[in-house]
Amino acid sequence: MEHYISLLVKAIFVENMALAFFLGMCTFLAISKKVQTAIGLGIAVIVVLTITVPVNNLIYNYLLKDGALAWAGMPDVDLSFLGLISYIGVIAAMVQVLEMFLDKYVPALYNALGVFLPLITVNCAILGAALFMVERDYNFGESVVYGAGAGVGWALAIATLAGIREKLRYSDVPHGLRGLGITFITVGLMSLGFMSFSGVQL
Amino acid sequence: MSKTNEVVITPIFKNNPIALQILGVCSALAVTSSMSVTVVMCLALTSVTAFSNLFISSIRNHVPGNIRIIVQMTIIASLVIVVDQVLKAFAYEISKQLSVFVGLIITNCIVMGRAEAFAMKNPPGISFLDGIGNGLGYSVVLLSVGFVRELFGSGKLFGIEILPLVTDGGWYYSNGLLLLPPSAFFLIGIFIWILRTAYPDQVEKPEFEMAPNTKKEAA
Repeated sequence: MEHYISLLVKAIFVENMALAFFLGMCTFLAISKKVQTAIGLGIAVIVVLTITVPVNNLIYNYLLKDGALAWAGMPDVDLSFLGLISYIGVIAAMVQVLEMFLDKYVPALYNALGVFLPLITVNCAILGAALFMVERDYNFGESVVYGAGAGVGWALAIATLAGIREKLRYSDVPHGLRGLGITFITVGLMSLGFMSFSGVQL
Repeated sequence: MSKTNEVVITPIFKNNPIALQILGVCSALAVTSSMSVTVVMCLALTSVTAFSNLFISSIRNHVPGNIRIIVQMTIIASLVIVVDQVLKAFAYEISKQLSVFVGLIITNCIVMGRAEAFAMKNPPGISFLDGIGNGLGYSVVLLSVGFVRELFGSGKLFGIEILPLVTDGGWYYSNGLLLLPPSAFFLIGIFIWILRTAYPDQVEKPEFEMAPNTKKEAA
């Protein structure tokens, strides 16, 4: 249990997807002008990550890994080079399924997330989490915790940035830095702040 | 000729994918702490963008509109797999350092963005050049960030010592901040600032204009 809690805290704060690995930056910078939309996108990312990381974990462990096809009588087959294309396929399919499911059964949530769901397919944080999961050889349980943690961390970061940017609108920024430039520098400062978590060991 | 030039040159400064279009920022930040890794990343991205543009553009008239994203995704993912395998075979050390970021070229918005915005509407030859141009625009930002980070962060370029460090008996106190991830944000912010000072039409409109002083004594 302790192991999982430590993994969760690590995924949320120490190895924050957005601020320590810079994943999902495109959407992070583009959709952080309003807190409301940022939170909507954040929740969508949490949901998608919590589903896709474990699913990709199963696919990797039972289909792609060297010798993983032993259960099908093919112990010598190594399909790991197909990894990238299958992860992105799974993510795209999952997002599509999730969209249809929400549309049919939870229309309120669908309306809240609607616009953001398709965007998430090309969010590097989702694919990045899947690749980190493979690189670090997480088992199924760990991958569930890691997926959720990475999502929460990303959501936290984008909501915070949106909060800062909402206030930043009223400030008098040098002309060349307006908009994108000052946002980069703000994110840099936030990232410095998050680095202070790096000594935390549980 | 002029069109060719325009397609290759404008994305480098005037319409830079990172600084103006906010595309592909993710990897720009993470792989810039040393020059050799940065150069490999730039080459990988430029070739993927160029070839994905070429292939997508050559089949653009045969792909039904509603499944185009998945087709583009498949082409891009296959190209990235090729690049990944080549790197693993010929530059194993560097591919270890790049770790997941080669794979992340798939979701790099530059590749998708150019495929969608340019390759779907233009013939293959010019699309290929557009891919190269945008790859170069990305490389310019990455290389300049990587240059500053490695030179002032560890006193080296491509692993060769330029500024002898104090710890090795030299005179240069290395700036540790530049090796840390946040410095990349500051450097790109500054890069954007310089670029937008040079091309003032890129400056974004403020949402609120500062009101001029209304009282005489305040002016």
